[in-house]
Amino acid sequence: MSLFTGGYQARQDRRRYLERGLSIIATFGILYWLGINFHKSPSQFFQASLIGLSNGVLYALIALGYTLVYGIIELINFAHGDLFMLSAVFSANFIAIWFHKEKSGPAAWGVFLMCLVAVMTFAATINVGIERFAYRRLRRAPKLAPLITAVGVSFVLQFIGLRWNGSGPKTWNTVLPAGGFHISGVNIEYTTIISFAVTAPLLLLMSWIVTRTRQGKAMRATAQDQDAARLMGINVNRTISFTFALGGALAGAAGILFQQTRGLTSYNLGFQLGLIAFTSAVMGGIGNLQGAVLGALLIGLIQGLNDGLPIGLGQQWSQTVVFSILILLMAFRPTGLLGKPVTEKV
Amino acid sequence: MMMLKRKSKDSKTPKQSASHKKWTIGFLIAAACIWTFYTYIMFRLPDSLQTIFQTWLPPTTVNEAMVWVICAIGLNIVVGYAGLLDLGFVAFWAIGGYSAGWFMSAFFRQVNVHIFAPHQTLKTPGIHVTFWAVLFIGGIICAIFGMIIGAPTLRLKSDYLALVTMGFGEIIPQVFTNGENLGGFNLSNGTKGISPVDNIGVPGKVLGPFDFSWKFAIFVLLTAVMVFVSLRLRKGRLGRAWLAIREDELAASMMGVPLMSTKLAAYAVGAFSGGVGGVAFATHVNGVFADRFNFSISIILLAMVVLGGMGNVWGVMVGALLVAWINSTGLPAFGDLVNNTFKTSINFPSYNFLLFGGVLILMMLYKREGMIPESRLKAIMHEADDTSANIGGTH
Repeated sequence: MSLFTGGYQARQDRRRYLERGLSIIATFGILYWLGINFHKSPSQFFQASLIGLSNGVLYALIALGYTLVYGIIELINFAHGDLFMLSAVFSANFIAIWFHKEKSGPAAWGVFLMCLVAVMTFAATINVGIERFAYRRLRRAPKLAPLITAVGVSFVLQFIGLRWNGSGPKTWNTVLPAGGFHISGVNIEYTTIISFAVTAPLLLLMSWIVTRTRQGKAMRATAQDQDAARLMGINVNRTISFTFALGGALAGAAGILFQQTRGLTSYNLGFQLGLIAFTSAVMGGIGNLQGAVLGALLIGLIQGLNDGLPIGLGQQWSQTVVFSILILLMAFRPTGLLGKPVTEKV
Repeated sequence: MMMLKRKSKDSKTPKQSASHKKWTIGFLIAAACIWTFYTYIMFRLPDSLQTIFQTWLPPTTVNEAMVWVICAIGLNIVVGYAGLLDLGFVAFWAIGGYSAGWFMSAFFRQVNVHIFAPHQTLKTPGIHVTFWAVLFIGGIICAIFGMIIGAPTLRLKSDYLALVTMGFGEIIPQVFTNGENLGGFNLSNGTKGISPVDNIGVPGKVLGPFDFSWKFAIFVLLTAVMVFVSLRLRKGRLGRAWLAIREDELAASMMGVPLMSTKLAAYAVGAFSGGVGGVAFATHVNGVFADRFNFSISIILLAMVVLGGMGNVWGVMVGALLVAWINSTGLPAFGDLVNNTFKTSINFPSYNFLLFGGVLILMMLYKREGMIPESRLKAIMHEADDTSANIGGTH
């Protein structure tokens, strides 16, 4: 018996040493790479980091939707990225077509705020609807069934986007103030500041809802054990719907921010951004809210640095870099940066 | 234990093998009919009938559908038998296609290798290996990649696995798209792709790119081999282990099923099939092009497996033929018909997203086991239904 455990222990130890060694080598490699780039052109370095962080904020909004849903019903909601895409298309139509606002100005900013509320409601409603009609019936079905359904929903949403937005990407004028200011060679755009200004209160609000309110407590209880939560008098279905609404609203906010800061919509936007956002959620430790935000900022930073630095793989390898990180994380640290190791429920 | 085993063998096997026999005979007869039709009858028909067939069922569609069948059978081993969701199957299709591009074309001009190659290619540089060997090479490369991607990730939960495969399915096509200059080495010729690939050599003949009926015969042969392999595997020790894992991983490991190697085997065999499909597809379109390999291929393959009936080879084959036909010919042709009759201009092919998404959702909601279900899967898929009917329904 002790022989067995001894062998097992030794293998575990060897594995741990190997992982630690590899991670140290990788860290030094990355630091070295960052160091050369910083030395070469500090302003470009900060510019790339800033772009990366402003992407990261968007990823954080989307990643929270994944992490909330995964936390409560253990489902990777593949349709979430497409919900973000639909929100972007919705805001483009809302601002530019329904309200004819193409230029920046006080009236247009009012429309922007109105649109923010409208698109959050829109996305929340759709997400609740998806849960109600597709996922709820499959809650106790074998794991494969809801996953495949989620993929199907993602395709249906892409279809709606395709019909609504057309088969090619569309460009839009932004109503946010253009331009920006310089700090020692680093160009800071107003839109970047606005992204941060819109996102930060939303994140605080969400964290308040989850940690301080009654509804948040119900969410956490349902995530832990649905049956026990039901016995405690929690309306599980409503709690899950609420979680989907929360995630959807955040995706809606991400949609309008993306559309207004990039001025671009396309029906296949959601797939890749969704996958990146999910990677962020996994990186932070899926089910962990702070982790999702941290992971999203990190992924955004990595992507920004890779795309913008003078010595880097460049934009055409952007996806490969992100998904390689995903695969490596899955292989070596599936619990993520902040996640606690959990044993799989049987 | 022994008795149980014998009992189940006695009661089940004859019925199953009888049904397999029926399906096999049906498949062969159907293939023979189609082959005869396109080789001997089609060009003798009156022009109007020929046009109808060219619109609704052209030979290239039939051949392409056979390629889809080969890949879907591979995916069925991973998803249907072993219950591992793979959302990046397009990676194997792409790798198979590029192995055809590398080993069956004049792409690598710097070398001059000929192994049983068709005699026309003897004067050209590049690596020219006979199609039949490239099938194996492509399959084995894919199997190796399948194991590389599987080994670190198969101990994860099933939904994480789906995500990793999805990431893999994104990385591989991007590597090929950007592969024009990998540290100075041209791996894949970038977006231009590798074209043409060598023709297929059969004894006494070299097939031209438009020899559809010969290629059809070859693809049917490949499909038949894949079906045979999956059916034999399904019956054997490995197949039973796969099914055990699909149904209850914990129980399976308690019964002594080695989880990792069994799952890896499913991945390797599935990927092999994907590679064979990729090679076949490269010869079908006479080249490999990086932009063809996108995520929707993985989803369409999944829709084929789900629609046909996960775990049932014949169901998957029917599902694949149906979906492939709808995707490549049925939907556009139907759209043209409707638009011409009613003077509308609806873009029907753009509805395929709705169609495949809808198929996945509706099948999962109402008929999880597929059109032609495997009896065992049907039982598991509805195991929890009695409890889920009123889950939280009191509120």
